[in-house]
Parts: sequence; structure tokens; C-alpha cells
Amino acid sequence: MIEVKDLTVRFGGVTSLDSMNVTFEPGTCGLIGPNGAGKTTFFNVLSGFVRPASGSVRAFGDDLLSVVHFRRARWGLRRTFQTEQAIEDLSVYDNVAIVHEHARQRGTARRRDVLDAISFAGLDVDPHAKVGTLGAGQRRLVELARAVVGRPKLVLLDEPAAGLPDEETRNLADVIGRIPSRTGALTILVDHDMSLVSACCQTTAVLDFGRLIASGPTAEVLRDEQVTRAYLGTADVT
Amino acid sequence: MLDTADARTGGRRQFRLRRPGPGTLVRAAVVTGLLLILLFAAPALLSAYYVDSMTQVAVYAMLAIGLGLLVGRVGLVSLGQIAVFAIGAWVTARLLFATSQPYPLVLLEAGASTMAVGTLVGLPALRLRGLYLALITLMLAGAFSIVLATTNFPNGGHGFLGYNGSSVHIPPIRRPSIATTDPAYFRYAVAVAALMFALVYAHIRTRPGRAWIAIRQSEPAAIAAGINTTMYKLWAFALASFITGVAGGIYAGAVHFLYSIDFPAQDSIILLAVVLMGGVYSMWGAIVAALLLQLLPALLNDWGVSADWLTILFGVGVLQVLTTAPAGLADQVPKDLARLGRLILRSTGPRHRQGVSEHDRG
Repeated sequence: MIEVKDLTVRFGGVTSLDSMNVTFEPGTCGLIGPNGAGKTTFFNVLSGFVRPASGSVRAFGDDLLSVVHFRRARWGLRRTFQTEQAIEDLSVYDNVAIVHEHARQRGTARRRDVLDAISFAGLDVDPHAKVGTLGAGQRRLVELARAVVGRPKLVLLDEPAAGLPDEETRNLADVIGRIPSRTGALTILVDHDMSLVSACCQTTAVLDFGRLIASGPTAEVLRDEQVTRAYLGTADVT
Repeated sequence: MLDTADARTGGRRQFRLRRPGPGTLVRAAVVTGLLLILLFAAPALLSAYYVDSMTQVAVYAMLAIGLGLLVGRVGLVSLGQIAVFAIGAWVTARLLFATSQPYPLVLLEAGASTMAVGTLVGLPALRLRGLYLALITLMLAGAFSIVLATTNFPNGGHGFLGYNGSSVHIPPIRRPSIATTDPAYFRYAVAVAALMFALVYAHIRTRPGRAWIAIRQSEPAAIAAGINTTMYKLWAFALASFITGVAGGIYAGAVHFLYSIDFPAQDSIILLAVVLMGGVYSMWGAIVAALLLQLLPALLNDWGVSADWLTILFGVGVLQVLTTAPAGLADQVPKDLARLGRLILRSTGPRHRQGVSEHDRG
């Protein structure tokens, strides 16, 4: 369980996250909101790239913000990026193995774990193939394999389906939906594709201008009037 | 936990990872063959003039592999390598005059001191990249060349600096007892360079090499993968500086006398240009760069052509690399040769086949 309390992030005069309070329950959770709502900023806080002005994040009983950024992978944090970041000059195997290697997953067989993660992601390529030779969809799956290898506790997926055709997105939704049952990791999915979010996520939280405006079961949240308004860009003046 | 995905992995486990393919064996054989030729045949075949310049090629191959490691593997541009090289030479000369330690030990000590200096220089690299890092390292190199001009290189004098300005008979920097002659010292230099290349190879094929590649592509992604980017960047600086310092040590013994004018700061810029030209993504690139930097001037000199043409050549070469062949000559030449080979095969191939079929019909 992830408990976020009063999380505030400011960049100069801009408040990207404004006293965000939210709890993510185990399973796959959606995090949606219009552009600039603070979704990626929230991920960057969890990754340690952005230091919040105030607030706390308790993840499975640990104070996540006190962990040095590169050690968070060892703690069990995995993430993907909006612009896909699979390492072009390494093979598929090495791309996944590097996470296993540096996250120091002791007591587990690296080769088996890595090959398991590759096949779990549904990547049907030679593990020796250089990532630079793969197509966009396959590279997204390499990232996904990197995100599930070892023993992740928290998986953050930042628009994993961006730029993918519908069929590949459906495959991706299937894989993402199976992450919690396979690894036991809490998965947070940021995406603009509502069909992907409703297919994968039991619960969803909605951010708008750095504020949490709704959270709960996905179907209810998507019907919420305030959410529709945030997406359509009409705010009522009260 | 066990779901269909796990069942599917059963078939996947047949993949044999990191098997040494025939390519690896051929490559190992080629490298061993070249090394044997260099060590045993080359000193006997080459004139004293070319043995000398090939010793410099060995020295510059070490410089190039050090810089190539920083630029190509980690994406850190340093313009201070000649200063680090000079420090290596300085420490070697001072220790050789002051003590009777064996040469390899002195080389190690020189490498260790440049490693310390290089790591300090690497500290700004933790926050800077690209142009700004290049500027900082160039400034440091410029500052160092001023220090060097005032302190001079040790030449058998006393005190910390070991400089004796009034001495008429300047003692030469000694060489290892097993390599006092030029051909023997050439072999020594090649052996040390081979060790340095092996050291780099051992790094790039293992954990640090993969971490550096990840850092080069994206630091945030590397951090997210659990890579301690600070440590690995400093590690790269330490390794590159160690190798550059050892190169300085080999240089000191090769030339016997060191002068501060032999280490101008702008040489670091030419070094970077030629290393880019040779190719920063492969270890062969470092050898190509060293040949361009040291053998080519010797050849031109032998043919009576002015070495000034080199500056123009290197300028054009860098332009060509930056626009058409980012992986340098080491990558482009084999590719072009293969393309040429295919072209020749294609132009002769069909005729050949036609000839066979006619023969069959007949």
C-alpha cells in the first residue's frame, strides 16, 4: 500500500503538486489527468528525481523519500518513461539483466529471472538481439520486462502505450493487468488512453493542476462529472 | 505465481547465453596474431626510425583508449587528457630519479597519482556534461601547462621538483633493465599497452561497461535501473586517468628527456578530434587514432611532406566523422570494404553463373 500525504512540489512559482493526498491499494491503479496535471512529476518524486517541498510517501511501511534515488530500485521500485528508454546498444537480455544486476536481487537466479521477465512481457525475439534493431512496440515490451524483473514492489508505468497501434496496446493491457498477480507489485499506470486504463486498473486517481480531484473504482471515477469537466477544460466558477 | 507465462518460459530456457561464437574466436585469433607480429617480427623488420614512431603509437593508443572510454562509453568529453598524460610522465620521471624502484612499480604509482588527479577533475563531471565539462577540463589543462612551464620536468636535480637548471650533463630518464634498447623498449610499450587494452576490455564486457552504456543513453533511466551514476562516472574518470598516467610513464622512458613544451594544452583538442575520427565506440578506433597521430606524421616526414597538412586532414576527418560516420573510421572502413566487396561480387557474379549454366547446357 502506498500512502501519499500532503505532497507538494514547486518549480519556482509553479505548483506542480498541491497537497496531494492519496492511497494506492495493491493491484493496478490508474493515474489520469490532463496534460500538465502533475502525473509525471508525481512519478519523478517517487523515483527521487524531484525533491518535494513538503509531504511524505509511505510505501509498504517504508519512508520512500528517505531512500537515495538509485537505491530505490534495490528497494523494489521500477519505472518506465514517457519517451521509451530501453538501451539501444545493449541486447534485450542485457537490458533486463542490468536492472537485476544493479537492483541487487540476491538469492535469485539472474538468467532465469531475466528470461522469465522477457517472456512475461510477451517479447518474442532473440534475447541476444540489440534493442536498437527492434521496433517501437517491441522496445516498449523490453521496458516492461525491465520493470517486472526481479522482485518489484512498486511498478510505475508512464504512458507505456504512447505511439502504439491499437492491437499492440491491447496486448500491452493484457500484460500490465497481469503484473500484480505475477509479481505481487503494486502497479501505477499513467496514460491518456482511457480504454487502456479501464482495461487494466481496478482503481483510478485523477489529478488536475496538481490537485487530486477524484479517486476510487475506475468505472465510477470515469463517470465523475468533475473528471469529465477537467478533461474537457471547462471549470465552473463558484 | 505460476501462470501461463511461466509455463511458456520452459521453452525459452534453451537459449544459451554468451556463447563464444565463431566470430569471437576469429577475433581473438586476429588480436593474438597481430600482437605476436608486433612483439616479435616488427622490431626486426622496421628501421630504428619507425621502431621509434611505433613506440609512440603504443603510447598514444593508451591515450586514445582512455579518452575513447570517456567519450564513447560514458559520453563525457574531456579536453584535459594531455595534462593528465604530462602528470603521469612527471611522476614517473621524479620517481625514477629519486628511487631505484622497478619500472613496472613506478608505472603503477604514476597511474595511481593520475587516477587521484583525474578523479578530482571528474568531480565537476557529476554535474556537468557536454560542452561545459569540455570547457572545464580544457581550463584545468591550460592552468596545468602554466604550472608545468614554471616547475619544469624533473631532470635529476634535488628537492620535490627534482629540477636542476644549471646542470650541463642532464641524465636521461632510465628504462627498465629488460628493455634498454629501442626495439626492446618498443616491445615493452606494446606489452603495457596490450595490458591496458585488456583492462578496458574487462571493464566494458562486464558490469561497469553495461552501466556506462546505460548512463550514456539516459541518466534518469540509469538511476531508475538502480545504477549509482555518481560512482560509475567517477570510476570511468579514474580508469581513463590511470591508463593515461601509465602512458605518460611509458612516454618518459621512450624519450629519455621531458620538456614542458612537449605537452601543449591544445594537443588535447587534436587528440579528441583524432580519437573521434578513429572511432570512439570500438577499441580498434583507439589504434587507428594512434596510427593517425604518430605513424602518419612519421611517414609524411619520411616522404618529405610537411606535417602541417595533418591539421587540415584531421579537420576534414572530424567533419566527415561528425556528418557521415559517427562511429569513426574503425566502423566505416570495414563496412565500406564489405560494400565494395559485394559490389565487385555482384558485377562479376551473374556472368560467372551464366557461364556455368552455358557449360551445363553444352
